[in-house]
Order: sequence, then C-alpha cells, then structure tokens
Amino acid sequence: MNVLVYLENIEGKFKKSTYEVVSYAAAIAKQTGGTLTAVSIGNVAESTLAEIGKYGATKILNIQQDTLNSFVNQAYASLIAKAANSVNATVVVLSNTFTGKGLAPRVAVKLNASLVDGALELPTFDGANMTVKRGAFSGKAFANVNLTSAIKVITLSPNAYQINDLGTSASIEAFSETANANDFKTIVKEIIRASDKISLPDAELVVSGGRGLKGPENWGMIEELASLLGAATGCSKPVSDSGWRPHEEHVGQTGIAVAPNLYIAIGISGAIQHLAGVSSSKVIVVINKDPEAPFFKVADYGIVGDAFEVVPQLIEAVKALKAQA
Amino acid sequence: MKILVCISNVPDTTTKITFNSNNTEFNQSGVQFILNPYDELALSRAIELTEGGNGSVTVINVGMADTEPTIRKALAIGADDAIRVNATPMNSFFVASQIAAIAKEGQYDLILTGRESIDYNGAQTGAMLAEMLDMPSISIIKKLEVSGNTATVAREIEGGKEMITVDFPFLATVAEGVAEPKIPNMRGIMSARTKPLQVVEPIAVASLSNITSFEMPAARSAVKLIATDNVSALIDALHSEAKVI
Repeated sequence: MNVLVYLENIEGKFKKSTYEVVSYAAAIAKQTGGTLTAVSIGNVAESTLAEIGKYGATKILNIQQDTLNSFVNQAYASLIAKAANSVNATVVVLSNTFTGKGLAPRVAVKLNASLVDGALELPTFDGANMTVKRGAFSGKAFANVNLTSAIKVITLSPNAYQINDLGTSASIEAFSETANANDFKTIVKEIIRASDKISLPDAELVVSGGRGLKGPENWGMIEELASLLGAATGCSKPVSDSGWRPHEEHVGQTGIAVAPNLYIAIGISGAIQHLAGVSSSKVIVVINKDPEAPFFKVADYGIVGDAFEVVPQLIEAVKALKAQA
Repeated sequence: MKILVCISNVPDTTTKITFNSNNTEFNQSGVQFILNPYDELALSRAIELTEGGNGSVTVINVGMADTEPTIRKALAIGADDAIRVNATPMNSFFVASQIAAIAKEGQYDLILTGRESIDYNGAQTGAMLAEMLDMPSISIIKKLEVSGNTATVAREIEGGKEMITVDFPFLATVAEGVAEPKIPNMRGIMSARTKPLQVVEPIAVASLSNITSFEMPAARSAVKLIATDNVSALIDALHSEAKVI
C-alpha cells in the first residue's frame, strides 16, 4: 500500500511527533510493500525537509504558497487529499495533535476513507482490511478498530511510536496544486505561545499538582521541579475548576489525556476521571500524604508524605543528579 | 443567530468500564448516562450567545429512544428545540452523515459540537460534518466571541493558542474554557417537557469501520513505596532503574 504522511510544522520546524509519525508511516509502507511519500505545507526550509528522508520517506511533496503560511484547516485538508490522490495513497497518516485532529476528519471525508484517531500501535492486516488499536472511554480501555474502506486515514498518538533513523534519503518536489478560494475562510490573527513552557499533550515528562497543594501560590515548587526535569506542568480538575491553574493544564477524562514516559502526581488523590487521562503513562509516581489515596493503586513508585516536605527534597535530589551528569 | 448543537449520550465520568460478549460490547448494565461534558459546554455557550431573543438553539442527537432523558436535559438547560435521529450511532462517519442530512436544510449560522465524546473519543464527527457541509471548521476551541456576522475564536495548539476570525456560517468543536456548564433551573426543567422534540428516521450510510474488540489496560505491578527520609532514592530509581530521567 502506498502511504502518505503529513508533516506538521511549527514555525518552519518539525517536532518530535512529526518524526514519530514518519517512522510509523514508513513501517506501514514496509509492512505492505508500498512506498512512503511525505507532504509538507507552509514555509519549511529544504534542509529541514531533507531530514525527513532519514526516516523512510522516499519523496517529499513541498507545498509553499504565500496564502498557506499560517494554518487554514479547510485548505490544508484539501491539499493533503490532493497529495494522497496524486501518489495513489491508500493509507494517509497524520499526527494526533490539535491540528491533526482538525484535519484528519476532513481529509477522510474527501477521500471516502475511514478514520481512526489516536492509533497506539502499528496496524494488522487482513487482506485490504486493517485493524488498529486506539484508546476508548477516555483512557479507561482500548478499542481495536477494523477499517474496511479502500482508503484509510490514521492519526498517531504522541509518544506511541519510536523514531527510527534508517539512514535513507528522499527527493523533494514542489507540489503545485492549489486549494479553492472558498477554502480560506478562517484567518489566523495571532499566535500566542508561551515559549518557556513545554507543551503538555506530547510531553515526555509531566509534573502534576492537585488540591493537596492548597493554593495557586504553592505552585512555585511544582514549576521548579518541572523545569529542572524538563517536564510539562499539569493539574487535576478541581485545581483548574478553581482557577488555580489554566484549563489547558487539566489532565483527565474531560481535559488532556497524556502518555508521557514519567508522570509525577503530587497531592492528587486519583479520582477515576483523572486516572483515565494518565493510564497510558509508562511510569507513574505518586506523592500523597494519604496512604489510602486511590492513585497509589496504579502507581509504580510512591511516597506517602507531605508534598511541602517531599517536593523540596526531590528538587535537591534532581539538582544533585544533574551535578553528577 | 441560528445555532445547532450536536449532543451525545455517554456514560457518566465516574463509570467503571466493563465489557460483554467476549470483550466485543460495552456493558451498559447499571451505567448512568449523561450529556457528553464537552457538548454541555458547547450548549452552554450557544445559550449565552442567543440570550435576550438573539436567535435560537437546536440540539441534535443520533440515538435510540433511550437517549431522550439526555435530550430533555439539554432542553432544560435552555435549548429551544431538539431533533433525534432514530438510529444507533454506529461510528462518527455515520453520525456526521445523519446530522449533515438535516443541517443542510436548516440554514444554521453556527454548528457546535464537543471536541470529542468521552465514550469512543472519536473526535471526528464535528470536522467530518463541516466537510460534508463544505463549511469552515475550527477544532478544539477554548474561546468564542461574536460581533455581528464575525466570530473570534481561540484554537488550542501545543503550548499556546491561535486567535482566528471567521464569518458565519462555520462549525467549531468545543473544549474547556468556552463556557461554564449551565445548570438547569426549575423553570427550565418544567418547560423542557413541552419543548418540541422531533424524531427523524436515519438515511442509509455505508459502513467504513467498526470496533471488533475492546481491551482493558494491563494491570501495573504493586507500587514501590519510598520512605520520606530517603526521598533521593526515588530520583535514583527513576534514573537508574526506570531510566526515565
């Protein structure tokens, strides 16, 4: 099967999730004896595009047009579908980022394709049908989805697939198709990005705080620990509902689901809705003064103790570890 | 302003999930169903935008008659009328196709859905519906302000937000931040019983995908507890044993 992968860029640079999705798409092309083509939209330097070749794409379609420098969902979806048709792709893969979630359903409808959102593993095949594992019930379970349409669209969860440098290279071609004038009705006026913060949904390490921290004024130690570890900060629902922290830090069933290598929960008791959002974490650490806190049941490491005593010691221990390195 | 809000009937957030029939079917026995929390935010914002006679809010659900308590809840919160497509929601494509067939006739200025449903989390229905209607869509918004015929929307992106303007009609999928959930008052609950709820039969839609089985997450091994007088041992374990830092 020929595979097309969409290369999402942020200000002309690719993030880890883009390399992950290329490696994943390359593995599907290899599984099925097809070739992998990548498509990039927006202003990305050729040298940055060429890097993608290392991960198994044989050809990169480069779409650079002045009207496409900022994100326009409808126009980008049109161009990804056109790129898929131009290489007879029967599998189209995108990252399951905020942007990918907006694009993939439109691409699927344009291609009469089925869509699976948030794939966690490589698909298995039964003839032309494909089965993909994804999360369901907001992290409380997994579902195996069978895709029976001729064309399949997949979005890959962040941190779900290993990046593989294959040492290959790709040709870069300008792709001159254009979107319809009608596709440009949304206009990006401003992008506000906190440059010093690590983004939560695709973070490898997360330090999260709950009501046990007693108030927003006590988040300094959470931020210090996160910053030392290179981690994103998160919080429980009561914390964001009380306005101690912004909504985009809310981890859980009705907030952000995360799948980091390490999730450190400080002063969070572990309500079922919160646990659903962290169940895909590789290692979970729980710090809570209540030994009966339900979170300990799903933790790998735990400290039963007062956050205000434990966290400063953790900060010192991380500093000591970094001093050794 | 005419607003359509797409709502879904989902297990309560506290539900412990189990499966029947060799893990092929969600076990609904004893499960309390609620209005999908993201759809509730979408509905709450729609009601705010139409307050003071400034338009109407229609809710639409694809589901069998057992979803009517959730539809009545939406009417109690403040929707003006409701449509139920009388079908089991097979998957997002099926649901989007049903709603598209109705929305084509409705001349809605704004269509809102939750960013995803908390049961199957497809996160597909909204943008699929917009594509079927050839309408602009903005997925996962946390702010929606309206001025005349133009809306200003904040879309969530990794590590920040994008401020976008768009003229009606358009579709947006809603996340936390857009509104606080509205709680129905007694007058709302009373009037919900008599507000119009139209039942429509489904159109035929080709099946493109289906869930073949469910799995539960693997159980974790017992927690390794570290004493409070030896906190640095945790950092050592994360570094040398778990190798995550």
